[in-house]
Amino acid sequence: MITSAPEQANPVGHSAGGPPAGPTPPETATAIELVRITKRFGTGSRAVAAVDDVNLVIREGEFFSLLGPSGCGKTTTLRMIGGFEQPTGGEILLHGKDVVGTPPNKRDVNMVFQSYALFPHMSVFENVAFGLRRKAVAGSEVKRRVGEMLELVQLQGKDRRRPSQLSGGQQQRVALARALINRPRALLLDEPLAALDLKLRQTMQIELKSIQREVGITFVFVTHDQNEALTMSDRLVVMNEGHIEQVGSPREMYERPRTRFVAGFIGTSNLMTRSIASMDGTTAILECGAGERFVVRDAAALGAVPGGKIDVTVRPEKITLGTEPAGGEMCSLRATVTNVVYMGAWTQYAVRLADGAELTVFIQNATNSEDAAERGAEVWLGWDPAHSLAVAPQ
Amino acid sequence: MVRRKLMGRLAPYLLVLPGWLWLVIFFVIPVIAMLSLSTQTGDLIDGFTQTFHWQNYLDGWNEYHVEFIRSVIYGAIATILCIVIGYPVAYWIAFRGGHRKSSLLFLLLLPFFVSFVIRVVSWQFMLADNGIILEPLKAIHLLPADFHILATATAVVGGLTYNFVPFMILPIYVALERIHPEVMEAAGDLYATRRAAFRRVVLPLSMPGVFAGVLLTFVPAAADYVNASILGGTDQTMIGNVIETEYFTNTNYPMASALSFILMAALLIGVFIYAKVLGTREVLDMAVA
Ligand SMILES: Nc1ncnc2c1ncn2[C@@H]1O[C@H](COP(=O)(O)OP(=O)(O)OP(=O)(O)O)[C@@H](O)[C@H]1O
Ligand SMILES: [Mg+2]
Repeated sequence: MITSAPEQANPVGHSAGGPPAGPTPPETATAIELVRITKRFGTGSRAVAAVDDVNLVIREGEFFSLLGPSGCGKTTTLRMIGGFEQPTGGEILLHGKDVVGTPPNKRDVNMVFQSYALFPHMSVFENVAFGLRRKAVAGSEVKRRVGEMLELVQLQGKDRRRPSQLSGGQQQRVALARALINRPRALLLDEPLAALDLKLRQTMQIELKSIQREVGITFVFVTHDQNEALTMSDRLVVMNEGHIEQVGSPREMYERPRTRFVAGFIGTSNLMTRSIASMDGTTAILECGAGERFVVRDAAALGAVPGGKIDVTVRPEKITLGTEPAGGEMCSLRATVTNVVYMGAWTQYAVRLADGAELTVFIQNATNSEDAAERGAEVWLGWDPAHSLAVAPQ
Repeated sequence: MVRRKLMGRLAPYLLVLPGWLWLVIFFVIPVIAMLSLSTQTGDLIDGFTQTFHWQNYLDGWNEYHVEFIRSVIYGAIATILCIVIGYPVAYWIAFRGGHRKSSLLFLLLLPFFVSFVIRVVSWQFMLADNGIILEPLKAIHLLPADFHILATATAVVGGLTYNFVPFMILPIYVALERIHPEVMEAAGDLYATRRAAFRRVVLPLSMPGVFAGVLLTFVPAAADYVNASILGGTDQTMIGNVIETEYFTNTNYPMASALSFILMAALLIGVFIYAKVLGTREVLDMAVA
């Protein structure tokens, strides 16, 4: 690959590094806004902040995911939006109105619980009709809307069954129908697919997404599965230990992780901590062996200074393997192949750098499969400097 | 081979054999003996002989139907009071007990480590006409001097309620405890007020506990004789007292047996009808409709 001068490479690198942030048109209204939301459990010295000073804007009609490891505060955040938990500080604005203190039955949002929480003593029909009945909707109207809703979630003819007579996936759909029938302005879903097996889960991911498009309601979706969040969301937030790491579109989160945590949590990444030899404007030039080159653009914003350290990551599929240094502006490091795993469309290489760091490289098995490096081979890694991603340490 | 197979087939039956033996020795045989005794004639001195004197049953009913009916009424009132008192207690422990649930349940059962009779006697002591409760009230003329609680229906029903209320609380508690908190939250989320959530979700889901509690309190309460004999007077005699008197005082074993059978049959039929009419499933459907 031939690369041009850095000044010209910059825009190219930019487009490869991700599209311009925020494809959302400015007229999109805010559905839910969290302002400095904090939730502490317990009192005194034993108090723990499950959610710590979180600011978040969820837009009207988008599929928004809360992603993070177990215990990071996703459920707590969702439950505060639903009104099942009161924040210890901050404001929750639902369509512009502060709802802190408003009970769940007075909020224009509905929840799909992780356990589904179907009413076991009621038929599917009565489960779905529950919200309408509480709002004293006329019987004929209830019948019509429940029928429509059961059709939407493909449960026609199951209306007289009890929840216990349904499969997990069917129960999940009842829970969805029961919430959606109220036409809430936002639907909150707490790991709704977690209890399903992989196959059904993938089917439901697609179905849930298409239902969301069809009804056009804002979905706030909690998951700890990064694949699920990436494939389903319009935008997502990654949370960690009660605070927000990063908010953005799936592409932004993957192509431009801002923190070490996000880089590690989403996708496979090659996190390294390296020393900075010198700075060239905002670009950091990292210490390397003879003939090697490792530069990170836009590093100054993260406080990079000559002699300092920097956390940097490169996605495995952005790296090429070659017998020669990549040359030009390309980053280029010497490595030894320690393992090769053929995976059909891809081959996964484990390589070790001169300083002992272990990296993963994905090479697509296009046409040149005979080029495959053997285990133990000495190779040159190469990538466009735009793919050297500086991340905040923590 | 064949032997092994046979043993394998028999194993489940062999395993329940001790249970069956127990039932036969301590229930079936006594019941048959009592059934036989109930149609005999004679007396303790000359001995009883089997004469298939079914008349005992008719005589028993004719002579003591007042006590029978009274037992059912007292039992029913005590059961209703147990629900009224027990449901809120069970509810409170299940939903507001927090981490103290098990200590609360233990406290509830604590008085029952004391002998049944002692508990009833202590009520007698407390409710005595000039006892620690009534005397001060009479002294300040809040109550007339001839006011009394002992030897009234109130005392007997009160005693029954007190003694059997744990058997109502425990099954209701178990039923409430089994309701997933998210199910109640879901009701709230779907616009149910607290009242509606209770009526539409919590109450129907706890009904199996109430049914079990009714069986566990009504049957022993209707057959009880300790409360009536210690807290009641001559007008509060229950069928249990009659059986006791026939047996121990009059040594009229056939009559005592016949009365026991009438009681047992009445309770069994009652329970059967109750289970049939208020079968859990149907009641749940009713509650929802
Ligand atoms: N009722 C509570 N009392 C005390 N601590 C709580 C309570 N609920 C949650 N926490 C704590 O708050 C933190 C965040 O919990 P939360 O349930 O929001 O996590 P989560 O991100 O949903 O995790 P998971 O993926 O496991 O569901 C955890 O450390 C948890 O232990
Ligand atoms: Mg959770």
